Amino acid sequence: MPADTPIADFDRHAEIKQALSDVEHEPGAKKPDPILVADNVVRRFGGLTAVDVDHVEVQRGAITALIGPNGAGKTTFFNLLTGFDRPDTGSWHFNDKSVSGVPAYKVARRGMVRTFQLTKVLSRLTVIENMRLGATEQRGEQLVSCMIPGLWRTQEKANTERADALLERFKLDAKREDFAGSLSGGQRKLLEMARALMVDPELVMLDEPMAGVNPALKQSLLGHVKSLRGDGKTVLFVEHDMDMVRDISDWVVVMAQGRIIAEGPPTAIMGDQRVIDAYLGAHHDAPMTQEEEERQLAEVAEAIEAELGEPGTTSEETSS
Amino acid sequence: MDVIESALRQGLGADAIIFALAAIGLNVHFGYTGLLNFGQAGFMAMAGYGLAATVSTFGLPFFVGILVGLGATVVFALLLGVPTLRLRADYLAIVTIAAAEIVRLTVGSVTLKDWFGGRDGLQAFTGTFRDLNPFSERTGFGWLTYRAYDAWVILVGWGLVVLRCLIVWALMRSPWGRVLKSIREDEDAVRSLGKNVYGYKMQSLIIGGLIGSLAGFMTALRQAATNPDDYFTEVTFFAYTVLILGGAARVLGPVVGSILFWFLINLLGGFFTWATRGDDPLMPTWLMTSNQASLVRFIIMGLALMLLMIYRPQGILGDRKELALDAR
Repeated sequence: MPADTPIADFDRHAEIKQALSDVEHEPGAKKPDPILVADNVVRRFGGLTAVDVDHVEVQRGAITALIGPNGAGKTTFFNLLTGFDRPDTGSWHFNDKSVSGVPAYKVARRGMVRTFQLTKVLSRLTVIENMRLGATEQRGEQLVSCMIPGLWRTQEKANTERADALLERFKLDAKREDFAGSLSGGQRKLLEMARALMVDPELVMLDEPMAGVNPALKQSLLGHVKSLRGDGKTVLFVEHDMDMVRDISDWVVVMAQGRIIAEGPPTAIMGDQRVIDAYLGAHHDAPMTQEEEERQLAEVAEAIEAELGEPGTTSEETSS
Repeated sequence: MDVIESALRQGLGADAIIFALAAIGLNVHFGYTGLLNFGQAGFMAMAGYGLAATVSTFGLPFFVGILVGLGATVVFALLLGVPTLRLRADYLAIVTIAAAEIVRLTVGSVTLKDWFGGRDGLQAFTGTFRDLNPFSERTGFGWLTYRAYDAWVILVGWGLVVLRCLIVWALMRSPWGRVLKSIREDEDAVRSLGKNVYGYKMQSLIIGGLIGSLAGFMTALRQAATNPDDYFTEVTFFAYTVLILGGAARVLGPVVGSILFWFLINLLGGFFTWATRGDDPLMPTWLMTSNQASLVRFIIMGLALMLLMIYRPQGILGDRKELALDAR
């Protein structure tokens, strides 16, 4: 959606492409300007090691995709980074400051805000109230000063203006006074993303933003994610939709069985043998075309004949 | 008719006030924050016994007793909240119901009889409150009159109810109230937006508990005595009934619910007593005798509540559309 993508994004996109062009296509590659760096993050559930990441860096200002087959540990890794779960070992830094072991709400205040795979809107609050909640450092949210409206009215008004601008951008302004619980699945995704922006984060972490969204809305969501990059925000997202990954990401990190197995720009990743193995299994030399299938079958048939000897040839004679 | 008059007197009387206050507290906990506190009776007992023991056992002034009661409630809220507020809502329900029972059994125990009076409870702590009473004779409007002391209790009680309603209204329209309501909807979402959910839940537990403590004071003052049996678990359940009847998450829900609840239950009780009275009662004896009259009102009330839950689950003041939204 070009209308949603400011000109700034094109410049920035080129800039980031340039910055990432020298980065090695290897797991744990060093980035020129990382906003988030994680080391030795391990999370075990009983005997299962869900996440075991040695080293990963996320480039500032870029859109980084975190992909991998189901059960690869992407969401668990997300939960660990944002303080919603605690790792067995590991440390990670956001803007060169340690955020390991910091509670989730403090992580968000530092500028690292996430959304959820199963959208979490506040059903029995209106859309605009959902948005207002996102604003940080509200005086009216303190127990004593909330009793005196004079102390928070001005701030509330400013927050509402900002919320209205975001609602307009995300095309939710018509739904302003509706309960969030009455929105459709796609609109909830939009609302969650807009609400996350109310926190004014530096790093936006989207957990499967496209899950359950119809193709038309998908296009507009894509535009919105790109426009975040245009705003100078860093985006890290988990996604299964390969079209989206190819379309918008500057860099792709691939996880499988809890480990990071490959990194690189989307075009390089799609052809990477390790990635194909991870998605399809190592024995994926299944035939791709009709001719190939026939040729393979013929080979197998020959091999069997060779092993069985005479009976094979006789049967062939009788059939012809 | 005497029956209606008496029911109206009860509907605006001390019982209605006590349960309105207890339910306003629960409304902050459950209606707004989504905390399942089943120990409101415990909060009330902390306040009632805090006041009674300070004045009657230790001989300190009445207002010190009030402060001790409020302080005890806050300590109780902290003790409950610190270990359980990080857990899921249902655990809080289990812990609070147990804690309220612990409080009730402790104040009624033989070991602490010297302090809390055991099964007999405590008396003689209302002197100062009595002295402040401006009424000297039966007071009221028209035929709706109360004895002097009752009138004073009711005046103070409704004053407190109005004040608490105003405070709850002011809190819940502010951004602070918005955070509480959001926690009720989805606490992880609130956490992801940089709010200290645990801190807010604790504030909610303390504020709701303090409002409940006023119900405890009123219970003790109205009968000029405290007794462990005043703080049974069923007190909490009645308060929940009142809250849901009136409509949860509505400022006036608990007040409307409480008045209606006590009016109806006394109306039914009065009616059945009247209808089964005398040698030739209105109600045939094979259907109901005078001994059964006071129990039948609970059966009818229970039936009425079931019908309410089926046909109007949002309560009297609630909004059906709001309740129908799936709480994902």
